[in-house]
Amino acid sequence: MDREVVLEARNVTKTFPGVVANKDVNLKLHRGEVLALLGENGAGKTTLMNILYGLYHQDSGEMLVRGEAVRISSPSESIRRGIGMVHQHFMLVPVFTVAENIMLGAETVKGLSLDSATVRKRITELSEEYNLNVDPDAYVKDLSVGQQQRVEIIKALYRKADILILDEPTAVLTPQEADQLFAVIRTLKAQGTSVIFISHKLKEVLAISDRIMVLRRGQVVGETSPEGATERSLAEMMVGRSVLLEVDKAPAQPGAVVLNIHDICVNDDRGQQVVNNVSLEVRAGEIVGIAGVQGNGQTELIEAITGLRPTKSGKVVIGGQDLTNAVPRKITEAGTAHVPEDRQEDGLVLSYSIADNMVLNTYYLAPFAHGVVLDEAKIRENADELVKKFDVRTPSAVVPVGNLSGGNKQKVIIARELSRPVKLVIASQPTRGVDVGSIEFIHKTIVAERDRGAAVLVISAELDEIMSLADRIAVMYHGEVVAIVPGDQATREDLGLLMAGAKLEGVGT
Amino acid sequence: MNAQTVRKLGRAALLPLLSIFTALLVGGVIIWLSGPKFNGDWFGIKFVLDGYGGLFLGAFGTQKAIIGTLVRATPYIFAGLAVALAFRCGLFNIGAEGQLTMGALLAAGVGFGVKGMPLIIHLPLTLLAGMLGGFVWGMIPGFLKARTGAHEVITTIMLNYIAAQISGYLLNGPWKDPTNVTAQTPKIAESARLPALLPGLHWGVVLAFLAAIAVWYFLWKTTWGFEIRTVGANSSAAKYAGINVSRNIVLAMGLSGLLAGLAGAVQVAGVNYRSTLGFNVGYGFDSIAIALLGRNTALGVVLSSLLFGGLRNGATIMQFRTQISSDIISVIQALILIFVAAEQIIRWIYRVPATPDDAGQATLSKGWGKS
Repeated sequence: MDREVVLEARNVTKTFPGVVANKDVNLKLHRGEVLALLGENGAGKTTLMNILYGLYHQDSGEMLVRGEAVRISSPSESIRRGIGMVHQHFMLVPVFTVAENIMLGAETVKGLSLDSATVRKRITELSEEYNLNVDPDAYVKDLSVGQQQRVEIIKALYRKADILILDEPTAVLTPQEADQLFAVIRTLKAQGTSVIFISHKLKEVLAISDRIMVLRRGQVVGETSPEGATERSLAEMMVGRSVLLEVDKAPAQPGAVVLNIHDICVNDDRGQQVVNNVSLEVRAGEIVGIAGVQGNGQTELIEAITGLRPTKSGKVVIGGQDLTNAVPRKITEAGTAHVPEDRQEDGLVLSYSIADNMVLNTYYLAPFAHGVVLDEAKIRENADELVKKFDVRTPSAVVPVGNLSGGNKQKVIIARELSRPVKLVIASQPTRGVDVGSIEFIHKTIVAERDRGAAVLVISAELDEIMSLADRIAVMYHGEVVAIVPGDQATREDLGLLMAGAKLEGVGT
Repeated sequence: MNAQTVRKLGRAALLPLLSIFTALLVGGVIIWLSGPKFNGDWFGIKFVLDGYGGLFLGAFGTQKAIIGTLVRATPYIFAGLAVALAFRCGLFNIGAEGQLTMGALLAAGVGFGVKGMPLIIHLPLTLLAGMLGGFVWGMIPGFLKARTGAHEVITTIMLNYIAAQISGYLLNGPWKDPTNVTAQTPKIAESARLPALLPGLHWGVVLAFLAAIAVWYFLWKTTWGFEIRTVGANSSAAKYAGINVSRNIVLAMGLSGLLAGLAGAVQVAGVNYRSTLGFNVGYGFDSIAIALLGRNTALGVVLSSLLFGGLRNGATIMQFRTQISSDIISVIQALILIFVAAEQIIRWIYRVPATPDDAGQATLSKGWGKS
């Protein structure tokens, strides 16, 4: 490739106390090129991008923008140099219009008042030029997630960015929205914008990029093109060993109904009903997956089943016991394991040791307590055993859980929940933000629970995860289960359409 | 104790010690400014050193000084433990003052109201009455928080006023000592008084140390303590784990009030032998500083209490020797509190980097805005 190099990193090294986040990283981005940056969590992708974006500064090495060595000290400077970043979590004000959000921090003024006419005109021009289809007068709170992302992209383009960094942009999108995003990226590319696309999803990386750089433990371990790579080869580069991408499982042997959700309605925090008359059965020995774009009532449904949120109407029966609106402890004691969606917020006490977290919901039972006195030796013993069995990577079980990586935090929760004899496993986003190696382990453990005879309910925003794990797939849209599809008959396309609210002929119930 | 534990303790004590050091330094500048400056010995620096010398001598220099310091530290230990225990449950108990007042009132009431009982029954009864008063006064905001979400900072402040008014009513009215013009109760019976351990030192100081051990054991070695700490560290995880968050909030506030009430009761039974209007004012508020300085640990609270007790006790000798106003002690205490609360200032001055272990520390700012 002999096009102009717009961005270059030379031997960039960045260390944090005890961790080398980037080591001698070399990177070149050409004009009009889509460069994918692939790596597990903690591989150093985000650190590298934060250096580019001026949030950190490298310890050694050089950064060149259009051939000129620069020291970017703040995000506003990186914007001045034409680098725009779209974060995973959007930085938009919901009650402002698109135009107001875009001019925020770069206001055009006429005398003392804002010159919104000029801004709106410019937004319309950009929207047409790049085929973004954004209405400058719409309020951000009324836009879909995919549209909000396009607002972020226009925001960068409005500030004349010609180098665009997209940090895990598809994590919050439906497959169809992701396709739309890819179309936008192709248009940007055709107009000469360079894009750095950060992801850990192999399929997407192969679909959209011109070049793929793989990071592992802060170092570039390989560079390839989509033509010369397969999902398997990329995954191996990322992890450093061969990995099993498909879940290996025998057909399900469903037994008696363990979880019976009957016609339940649930409100969200604002009092809006977000789960509408959902009924669902999960049998012993099967995995039921709930697919759906985030925010379609899955979270509230699970919270209602596990006692964290009141059920407005309907019934929840676990193992023949009516546990509608029971307290969480009763539901746990009825034989339920719950891997919560937000592990930092709900599943763990980050300041506690691994050992204390391992007994977070069993601390009051023998052998961990005698009467009201805790048995620290037994708690420690239990933790040492589980750390070994569930392969939690830690120097010892007394380390605060907050110091562990995402994958290891999740393993602590899985170890705690699945080391008890349970009848029902509820796992929300079991592998969100977890590295490929740990995903494989977590999936195997979940399948093993099924084969042992547990009923398993898995909720995930990752379609691939649902498709490879679930024996039956329930699709949720706007608080309703719109279809239940046998796992082996589901296709990505059908599920994607159902998740977007389309009705399919001949699929589902 | 192994090397790792020692390192951990050292790290935990580093910032409080630097805060104290910095406060004394700034306090020294203030003393210097108030002193003879350029016409004194060594440009007035000797004046500052004399002042601090007197302070130290008055606090720890003689047996009499040490006894005085221990007596002054005793209510601080109880009330500091009270604030620390609530803090461990994520609650900011500003109400130790009011709980202490209620404890002192009830203890005095039982102390002078009940007659003809042997010490072995009357003294425990007096102390129990103080605990009960504080317990109820602490449980009210706990209950309001658990039931209605009312922030404990607001409700405890309001209850402080109510306690002060109740105290004013009783001490000027039905419980007033008829033989005296001051608003105070009659003296409590001999059988309700804490006996002396040494001349000038009552047994309350032993009770305070025992209370510190009890609080430590309760918080770190029992399932009750585990629940309270879990609610404080992450209430949504506590709920997820099946812990009854509301019950623990009420319990923690009640126990916190109980300790504060005991502070009041021990003052009545060991030092004043009566409850006097406005006599124990300030202990409840100082105890917030003590809990923060002691990082909400039992050992830290004991050490901080000895420091604050020492400062208060030494101030008299300092004032006698150098004419430095004993009010400077309040300034130094306030400076310590500022530096402990605004930890970043100390980190910045002495270039102390944050360690991952610090992530779990409860800080002042975390006590606010969390519902």
